[in-house]
Amino acid sequence: MKFKLPKITVWRAIFAVILLSGLYATYLRVVYGLGGVTNLSDKFPWGLWIGFDVLCGVGLAAGGFTLVAIVHIFNIERYKPILRPAILTAFLGYSLVVVALMYDLGRPDRIWHPLIMWNPHSVMFEVAWCVTLYTTVLFLEFIPVVFERFGWHKPLEWIHNISVPLMIAGVLLSTLHQSSLGSLYLIVPEKLYPLWYSPILPLLFYISAIAVGLAMTIFESWHSSRAFGRALELPLLASMARVLAVLMSAYLWIRFLDLAHQHAFGVLLRNRTETWLFALEIALMAVPTVLLYQRKVRMSPGALYACAVMVLFGFITNRLNVAVTGMEAGSGAHYIPKWTEVAVTLSIVGAGFAIFRVIAEYFPIFEAVRPLGPHERAPEKMEETEADSVAVG
Amino acid sequence: MSRAILYDSTLCIGCKACEGGCAERWGLPYDDKIAAEERISAHKLTAVETHGERYSRRLCMHCAEPTCASVCPVGALQKTSLGPVVYDAEKCMGCRYCMQACPFQVPTYEWNKRLPKMRKCDMCYERQSQGKQTACAEVCPTGATKNGDRDQLLAEARQRIAEKPGQYYGKIFGVREVGGTSVLYLSAVPFEQIGLRTNVPQEALPDLTWRVLELTPDVVSTGSVLLGGIWWITNRRGEVARTEGRRK
Repeated sequence: MKFKLPKITVWRAIFAVILLSGLYATYLRVVYGLGGVTNLSDKFPWGLWIGFDVLCGVGLAAGGFTLVAIVHIFNIERYKPILRPAILTAFLGYSLVVVALMYDLGRPDRIWHPLIMWNPHSVMFEVAWCVTLYTTVLFLEFIPVVFERFGWHKPLEWIHNISVPLMIAGVLLSTLHQSSLGSLYLIVPEKLYPLWYSPILPLLFYISAIAVGLAMTIFESWHSSRAFGRALELPLLASMARVLAVLMSAYLWIRFLDLAHQHAFGVLLRNRTETWLFALEIALMAVPTVLLYQRKVRMSPGALYACAVMVLFGFITNRLNVAVTGMEAGSGAHYIPKWTEVAVTLSIVGAGFAIFRVIAEYFPIFEAVRPLGPHERAPEKMEETEADSVAVG
Repeated sequence: MSRAILYDSTLCIGCKACEGGCAERWGLPYDDKIAAEERISAHKLTAVETHGERYSRRLCMHCAEPTCASVCPVGALQKTSLGPVVYDAEKCMGCRYCMQACPFQVPTYEWNKRLPKMRKCDMCYERQSQGKQTACAEVCPTGATKNGDRDQLLAEARQRIAEKPGQYYGKIFGVREVGGTSVLYLSAVPFEQIGLRTNVPQEALPDLTWRVLELTPDVVSTGSVLLGGIWWITNRRGEVARTEGRRK
């Protein structure tokens, strides 16, 4: 058989350019240090790599623990078809966060230090431990896929025996560090802009992480159904979209109450960049929330996808607002990422998509899913029975 | 006994002898070009700033409850009983949370090194433990920077204000700011006019995160019971449903 060159498509070309620039940026990072490749400064020590790669990366991977909780702890088994892709996303997401940290840490060779040099008073210490442990849990939650692929039954059984405590540990660890990423900013009350600083930042980070985990699951189901020519699990996604709408409503309401309690509404009258980016963030979250209450929107693949994407962007805007926009005025610094920072970030995202695709191609990630046959339940009827797992089972 | 530095901006003539003494103590280069830089950085751990006709000195404040020490995930920063907040570069992994969190923006980074460290003033911890003065206090020709016991320096600062009330803005910076600092400032004008961050809270910052972090054991224990319980209930429900389904 003759070796065939992969077909050159626009997306592949873009991907190649991104990856090459990322590789070049990596070389510059190693040779010239953080100063050579970032626009960070003494007054602005955390930039895009923390704001996007870590804060958004961990949040976007929250679908893993959310779906594990839904399927295995709440035993709502009909969500099982979308569990594996969610776990894979989470596992890849966390692995890539670790990769991003290797770029951002001044001494990546010492990334293991928090494991043996303790400071329980540090939020970062807690995050380091949780992320390490949770990445291990995700590995163990994912590895059965590999065992299945090669038909290794013995290790499959071992994992199965510890699966319940493992999954409970995963949900707890996620609860801790998803909220702790918000707690990181509790210590900068005089630097973080009042529209984002709040004593309940950990709660806000936690709720929005669960919500964005669901949105990410919808997003990736939509994409994989196109990439692999599978049927979209529309009824499942639609009922998940309901949960998403309720969560987002709760989140937005808590944000509103929080601003009210902190008397921060006056800040909204200032004509500043912060005000407009805050408005953008809220709009990107509120619009899909309202739309998702319409049955028509939930049941239309295109509209559902658009809503999920808006939630994703709303979430990303929020995290970048906390990490970058909101910190500029208080720090007395202006920060725009250097091209090398952007190149590394885009490469990591691109690598995530590519690795997901390769794994999904060679391992049983989507196998549990069959195309909808004529005997299947009508979508809306299925939605109605969602809470009644006994009747379904 | 806790050591401290009293900096009296009204006595400072901007000669920058403290900068030179500091650079010498750390073995850092110091020339006219570096002297002209009016901000602290990884190669200049103290800096004399000019604010109109007045001078102000920047250095680590050595907080009583340091934010940097509380946020450091590896415990590389410690408040010593002597007073200085010291840094162990061997532990540091370069997360820069100390820089992000410091309310006075003191820690600086060796951005252009391949194996970088954080840098900041350590109030000459070694010199002081040997009973010597800090390098900056030793070389100060006017007594604007004075090194000594914190309580005594505080008493002296109060006395200076009492003796010449017209010459001083009637407050001492560092008494209550972020729960108290080991560097105290006297000034003729409100402190923001000599470049100090006066919007910092009057309480120690580490409490803000500890209040949440101390809940961790509660979250883990309650969460385990709750999640385990939910699993037990829903799993049992599923089993019952399956068994009954089989009987029918």
